[in-house]
Amino acid sequence: MTLFEEVPVTTTDEIPVRRVEMRVNGETRAANIEPRLLLAHLLRNGLQLTGTHTGCDTTNCGACTVLFDGQPVKSCTVFAVQADGHDITTVEGLATASELHPIQEGFKDEHGLQCGFCTPGMMLSAKALLDENPNPTEDDVRWALSGNLCRCTGYQNIVKAVLWAAEKLRHDAPADAPADDGGEA
Amino acid sequence: MFPSRFDYKSPTSLEEAISLLSAHEDAKVLAGGQSLIPMMKLRFAAPAMLVDINNIPGLDQHGAQSDGSYRIGALVRHADLEKSKTLGDHQPTIAAAAPLVADPIVRTRGTFVGSVCHADPQGDWASCMVALDGSIVAQGPNGRRTIAVDEFVAGPFQTVLAADEIAVEAIIPPASGTRKGGYLKLERRVGDFATAGVALSLEMSGSTVAKAGIGLTGVGSATISATEAAAALVGSSLDDATVDAAAEAAAAATSPRSDHRGSADYKRHIVATFVRRLLAQHQPAEAKVA
Ligand SMILES: Cc1cc2nc3c(=O)[nH]c(=O)nc-3n(C[C@H](O)[C@H](O)[C@H](O)COP(=O)(O)OP(=O)(O)OC[C@H]3O[C@@H](n4cnc5c(N)ncnc54)[C@H](O)[C@@H]3O)c2cc1C
Ligand code: FES
Ligand code: FES
Repeated sequence: MTLFEEVPVTTTDEIPVRRVEMRVNGETRAANIEPRLLLAHLLRNGLQLTGTHTGCDTTNCGACTVLFDGQPVKSCTVFAVQADGHDITTVEGLATASELHPIQEGFKDEHGLQCGFCTPGMMLSAKALLDENPNPTEDDVRWALSGNLCRCTGYQNIVKAVLWAAEKLRHDAPADAPADDGGEA
Repeated sequence: MFPSRFDYKSPTSLEEAISLLSAHEDAKVLAGGQSLIPMMKLRFAAPAMLVDINNIPGLDQHGAQSDGSYRIGALVRHADLEKSKTLGDHQPTIAAAAPLVADPIVRTRGTFVGSVCHADPQGDWASCMVALDGSIVAQGPNGRRTIAVDEFVAGPFQTVLAADEIAVEAIIPPASGTRKGGYLKLERRVGDFATAGVALSLEMSGSTVAKAGIGLTGVGSATISATEAAAALVGSSLDDATVDAAAEAAAAATSPRSDHRGSADYKRHIVATFVRRLLAQHQPAEAKVA
């Protein structure tokens, strides 16, 4: 041996990796991820579903809201690994190939957006509300959206958009459809 | 923002979770994650291992027990309490506070028990627990123990839980009489912590107060139990003089700081006003006239 011999780098820190499988907008998706990956980043960067926006990244604004088993969550504050085996709905899951969802139509018709940054989160909070309560009052809508911040609209038209969508959904629903009890245990 | 690297386990039984906590140094329990994940993202917390308790069955129930106590499991979310149709009949203080904790999205994940474990002096649930004389049941390798909330919280963001103990449920003891109460919180906007908050619990024997508890949020370096104010109520029928004395005593028990939420004087004033408002809801008609 000479005075110097280069050796291969070894590390004792093993990077933990988990395989996860979840349903995203009805499709099964699987990935190998580090546990510290946030759900918002898996959706945006991993699955290229960039409709989910990150506004504050500090759990305050609600722009990153997605549905986790039908309930709104801030995807910047849930680890992706926690979604293993669960159902995630993002804004991309609202429309079908040919038709906008009534909530999206409502935002269009009632001018419920300006810059659009808060809109995906607003629409998913609205969806969770309307799934549970198809006939909300204006106060119910304001209450359900109170965790979603909007810097542009002053909220007035967002509330109108959701009430518009509620009416459209009630109108579209077959009259004899059983009322959804919102899954109360 | 990304938290620093950690390993993750999601056990499906309490026993497995406890042995993971015992086996790993620097492991932390992950419940709703609505306090822990923001802290990890800011790197105020950097546990080496997270033990996620969300997949453990049986922890998501709350309800009145045959002995009159009320139990809230470790995975009962703020929203479960907010949406419950029966909670208000048994626990009016908790039912009044549930819609005022955080915002609707945080409430779908955050848990009652996790909030008490987080021991934030600004937390709304700790004040309810103090007013109601609640306890936490902790399970560790050697079984379970029940810890009264005033002993459980050791300081800001500190509890007496051992590293391998999990808080499995909160217990509110049975009422000696008819339970009444409420919670009032002043917040600058939805999702803000309290400028000031008051939790009131009354146990009534007819129109006489048999037992009372008052917990104060956000008006000191810890959750405050306003014991003198509560003692002033016992034996009374909530006449105006008693209500005034309790309001003054509650305000005197605070040590608020002037900050971006308001001046110390303002917060003290709010506490006295909230005590009066909460008690007014339970004053008999004739006491109000007197
Ligand atoms: C935007 C925002 C606004 C908020 N506003 C309010 C508010 O107005 N009032 C209020 O009271 N709170 C508020 N919170 C905090 C919220 O209520 C949290 O849900 C709560 O503080 C923690 O509960 P968690 O289940 O999310 O716990 P986690 O974040 O999962 O855990 C918090 C801590 O407790 C420990 N822990 C949790 N559960 C257990 C257990 N069963 N056994 C042992 N240790 C455990 C964890 O290890 C961690 O140290 C707010 C949070 C956010 C993000
Ligand atoms: S980006 Fe998640 S709450 Fe703002
Ligand atoms: S439309 Fe711009 S933030 Fe809401």
